[in-house]
Amino acid sequence: MSARGRETAVVGSGPGKPHRGPGGFGPGGMAAMPVEKARDFRSSFTRLVGRLRPERAMVGLTVGLAVVSVALLIAGPKILARATNLIFEGVIGMQLPAGVTKQQVVEQLLAQGQTRLASMVEAMNVIPGQGVDFGAVGRVLALVAAIYLVGALFSWFQGFIMAGVVQRVVYRLRTDVDQKLARLPLKYFDGRSRGDILSRLTNDIDNISNTLQQTLTQIVTAVLTLVGVLVMMFWISPLLAVLSLITVPLSVVVTMMIAKRSQKQFKLQWKRTGSVNGHVEEMYTGHNIVKVFGRQAKAIATFDEENEELYRASFKAQFISGIIMPSMMFIGNLNYVAIAVLGGIRVASGTLSLGDVQAFIQYSRQFTQPITQVASVANILQSAVASAERVFEMLDEEEETADVAHPILPAEPRGHIIMKDVSFRYLPDTPLIENLNLEVEPGQTVAIVGPTGAGKTTLVNLLMRFYEIDRGSIVIDGVDTRAMTRDDVRRLFGMVLQDSWLFGGTIRENIAYGREGAGEEEIEAAAAAAQVDHLVRTLPEGYETRVGDESTNISEGEQQLLTIARAFLADPLILILDEATSSVDTRTEVMIQKAMARLLEGRTSFVIAHRLSTIKDADTILVMNHGQIVEQGSHDELLAREGFYAEMYNSQFLEPLIEAA
Amino acid sequence: MIRLLLTYLRTYRLQMAVVFVLVLLQSLANLYLPELNANIINNGVAQGDVGYIWRTGGLMLAVSFAVGICAVAAVYWGSKTAMQVGRDIRGDLFRTVESFSQLEVNRFGTPSLINRNTNDVQQLQMLVAIGLNMMIMAPMMSIGGIIMALRQDVPLSASIAVILPVMGIFIFFTVRRAVPLFQAMQKKLDRINQVMRESLAGIRVIRAFVRTSYEERRFEEANTDLFKVGLAVTRLFALMMPMLLLIFNMSTVAIMYFGGQRVASGEMPIGNLTAFIAYVMQILMSVMMATIMLAMVPRAAASGERIAEVLGTKPTIHDPESPRVPAPAGGTTGTIEFKNVEFRYPGAEAPVLRGISLVARPGTVTAIIGSTGSGKSTLINLIPRFFDVTEGSIEIDGVDIREMARADLWRLIGFVPQRAFLFSGTVADNLRYGDENAGEAELWQALEVAQAREFVEEMPEGLQSPIMQGGTNVSGGQRQRLAIARAIVKRPPIYVLDDSFSALDFVTDARLRQALKRETEEATVFIVAQRVSTVMHADNIIVLDDGAIAGMGTHGELMARSETYREIVYSQLSAEEVA
Repeated sequence: MSARGRETAVVGSGPGKPHRGPGGFGPGGMAAMPVEKARDFRSSFTRLVGRLRPERAMVGLTVGLAVVSVALLIAGPKILARATNLIFEGVIGMQLPAGVTKQQVVEQLLAQGQTRLASMVEAMNVIPGQGVDFGAVGRVLALVAAIYLVGALFSWFQGFIMAGVVQRVVYRLRTDVDQKLARLPLKYFDGRSRGDILSRLTNDIDNISNTLQQTLTQIVTAVLTLVGVLVMMFWISPLLAVLSLITVPLSVVVTMMIAKRSQKQFKLQWKRTGSVNGHVEEMYTGHNIVKVFGRQAKAIATFDEENEELYRASFKAQFISGIIMPSMMFIGNLNYVAIAVLGGIRVASGTLSLGDVQAFIQYSRQFTQPITQVASVANILQSAVASAERVFEMLDEEEETADVAHPILPAEPRGHIIMKDVSFRYLPDTPLIENLNLEVEPGQTVAIVGPTGAGKTTLVNLLMRFYEIDRGSIVIDGVDTRAMTRDDVRRLFGMVLQDSWLFGGTIRENIAYGREGAGEEEIEAAAAAAQVDHLVRTLPEGYETRVGDESTNISEGEQQLLTIARAFLADPLILILDEATSSVDTRTEVMIQKAMARLLEGRTSFVIAHRLSTIKDADTILVMNHGQIVEQGSHDELLAREGFYAEMYNSQFLEPLIEAA
Repeated sequence: MIRLLLTYLRTYRLQMAVVFVLVLLQSLANLYLPELNANIINNGVAQGDVGYIWRTGGLMLAVSFAVGICAVAAVYWGSKTAMQVGRDIRGDLFRTVESFSQLEVNRFGTPSLINRNTNDVQQLQMLVAIGLNMMIMAPMMSIGGIIMALRQDVPLSASIAVILPVMGIFIFFTVRRAVPLFQAMQKKLDRINQVMRESLAGIRVIRAFVRTSYEERRFEEANTDLFKVGLAVTRLFALMMPMLLLIFNMSTVAIMYFGGQRVASGEMPIGNLTAFIAYVMQILMSVMMATIMLAMVPRAAASGERIAEVLGTKPTIHDPESPRVPAPAGGTTGTIEFKNVEFRYPGAEAPVLRGISLVARPGTVTAIIGSTGSGKSTLINLIPRFFDVTEGSIEIDGVDIREMARADLWRLIGFVPQRAFLFSGTVADNLRYGDENAGEAELWQALEVAQAREFVEEMPEGLQSPIMQGGTNVSGGQRQRLAIARAIVKRPPIYVLDDSFSALDFVTDARLRQALKRETEEATVFIVAQRVSTVMHADNIIVLDDGAIAGMGTHGELMARSETYREIVYSQLSAEEVA
């Protein structure tokens, strides 16, 4: 499967995938979202199950515990039936005169023509004249209580151990995925949308985790209960059991019929919800525009229309799916009535004991629950396996080639770089960089210029070995970068990017990111060098101020200064700098420029430049367009050539230059 | 939340009453079944009367049907009511927000308002739907069950007084432990997802600074935390189910024991024992269901509060009772005068703008420049009354804009926002926001002026090309140009352009300004910009610094006089170029 094919397939199903939040129960929540299916269910499912392998001993143990607890809990009602029978027999016995035998009573009843009553009494263990044997009843009840208690204990153990299994499996999955991230080449991240990857890392794993939690703990007990209850029901009365079994296909058919209709309505409801939400989002985002262009009345009218549509769709969806519960209740009641009547007749005719009928009613109530459980497990498993498939896909991605076995380091790093006949292309049939030759002496500055989207970062990618070159070589201080480890190459570099990446943490932590184990003084010195020390100190919490993530308490320009401080702390031999174009206010802009200039001092540097002064001062200018290096040379040389650079230079700078003069 | 719901439910009180009656009937009929079963045992089985068994069975069947019909009808009216309430709340929210000025919108934030109008309403609607079906059923079943149990045998009913509190206490302690655990779980989940998000966003930086192992440690920490809380939650659940089952089962055993004695002493028929157990189970089940449903309440309550907050907010900007329309003697409208204008956010210590006085006449371009946060956007947002001045006044042709109807005011203004916002639809749809009746020729002409003709022509469907929501399928520069064209289609006497050229390259910027100048010869034009090159040709440049005017005049004048202006210019062009 090609990477491209996979990507499009994923985009179609990626961000909007179903997730069940808490509170996803209730009639509406169940069938609310169309379930997404895995492409290769069987192999992804097997692989997901395979992740339980390290836990197989524990899983075996829980199955054993479940067998015991289910067996005990199922035995309960049947044994309880004996207590009912004992009481019933006592009641009947009391009504009979003492001193006669059961046989005599039966004969007497037959003589009176009460054949049914006679056969019932005959089947019972009645001693005429004797009341309820409470000793026996007490013993039976004590036994049942003990059985329930032990059953509950085992069931708890089972759940307790399974909880550990599930959490450990999810933990390992997350760890695997995280470690995989570190081994994936940058190509992987550049080649697909961040939203898609993020969705695999978060939503998909959450989905798997929730499903495992729900299914693993339920499925074993559910299946065992189902089997056990069926056995008991058939044991008590095959006739009644068959009768109860009929309700199963009946329920399934009814549910499916309703679900099919409601599914359609739910889809419609989602569509309508989407369009209402879309309208709301649009009108709110363009709040002022709607007003100033006099479209408010129309916006409200459209909203009312769509709101009404949504109401109709959601009412139907809610109603139809809401019928399922009453229907199930109705079928359950039918079953109840049938057991009450037929069971009653059988007791009366002596072919069944009253206690057994009672037990049967209990079983038949227990019988439907595991069925619904298994059905819902099957349902949520669909989407979990689809999620697992996407996560596995990521785990299977090709990793970066291993570092060389015996890496070397430049003996005397000075920042001398030679790029020799370097060729590189992202796509095999689109040449990007062909035979690039460039020598940069220690301390020199290379400016990279070109229109937006000209691929200026490509060079950075190659220098830092984010991507591997196809041909040629990059030699730093006499050592081919491929003979070093990637980490060692990157340690030679410092980098300040335009979108200043700060992570959720304090300012101190963010600056300290530049070098592991940097001391407080060093951090503050770096901040001072980046002209940001004073600013940080004016913040109420100083260096402990939290930044990144959603906190917007410091401006974009200030964020940029922090990343410069980070680079100062790293104190690299070679520097890669991305000049800001974004709108930063004037004073910060001046500070950033000063800080950058100081950072450049004495270092070999590559600057993605937007500022004329930087470009003019550079030792070499690389002019890029459409991903390729189209010209190379000093400012004067390039102007004399009257090529792309000269054209760009004139269009961008000439006008303000003349006007300002 | 309760008050909010009651307000909206009041409209449907008749439907609600129907639901209540139906649910009550359904509960009673459902509870009647075990009693009939008891009769079968007492009068049929024990007496050997098969005919009675059949008759009672028939009655049970009829009751079952009645239950089913009541239940379906209750679901019908319940769902209807819930969805109607949802629709009404949604509609009222939308209207309320539409009446908001920028001030109220800012208070909540657009994403939050969207969320309140969509997800929060959905939460509430779901609560009503489930509430009207299951939540009112639980108390009815409990009360009905207790009544029926009392009918079977009063002394034995004392057992309920023991069983219910036991279950209640257990549920109470479980919930008390579960709620903080769930909150912690959500936090840890957010945390691990945040770490993931960060390491994805910063992948280049992480690798450049060789900090992969540091990131892995951070992740490891978050993962371990999540593991621990997750384990606690699942273990709590592992305890809960067997415990509930145990309470159920032990109740049965206890009732058998005590009930057996009542039966033996002849104080209760044996069939009632069976029925009694059925009632107790029903009571316990409904209590459990109600508890599960109650778990929804806190979330819905939070939603309800958020909704009530919006509905309770009154817009601060209103139309005057008897609006005036500016009718200048000279004919052309559009002279705008700021008279000592101050603006501050409510409760703010310092004003955003202060002492702003300026006059902009038809046929002139007034440009506003200044650093971020100097109040440029706020200043021009005062013109269409997105905010109202807190002191001083703004007049159009001598009429205070607060004395005009806003619709009249807006008709005069062609507005291009800072973040060029396009609506979903076609290119033409968007342009016709300016004038619904504009013909194609007019649209093309506006596109021409906005330097957008070329790329619209290149689009496969030209004017009918689709624009996605927010205009995400065109580039930032194209978006800006379409937004400008939209304002041109309107042909207003006043143009307000808020930093609308930032995504354009220098050449397009220059061409657009020239074309626009020809187009707006008669109009009053306000331009906010960051780039010096954009403003330097304006008739009047206003330099804002910290909310006050730091300089006013042409480029030449300001270069000579204004230090702030020079600073801005130098920061954008290096000194040698300017000199």
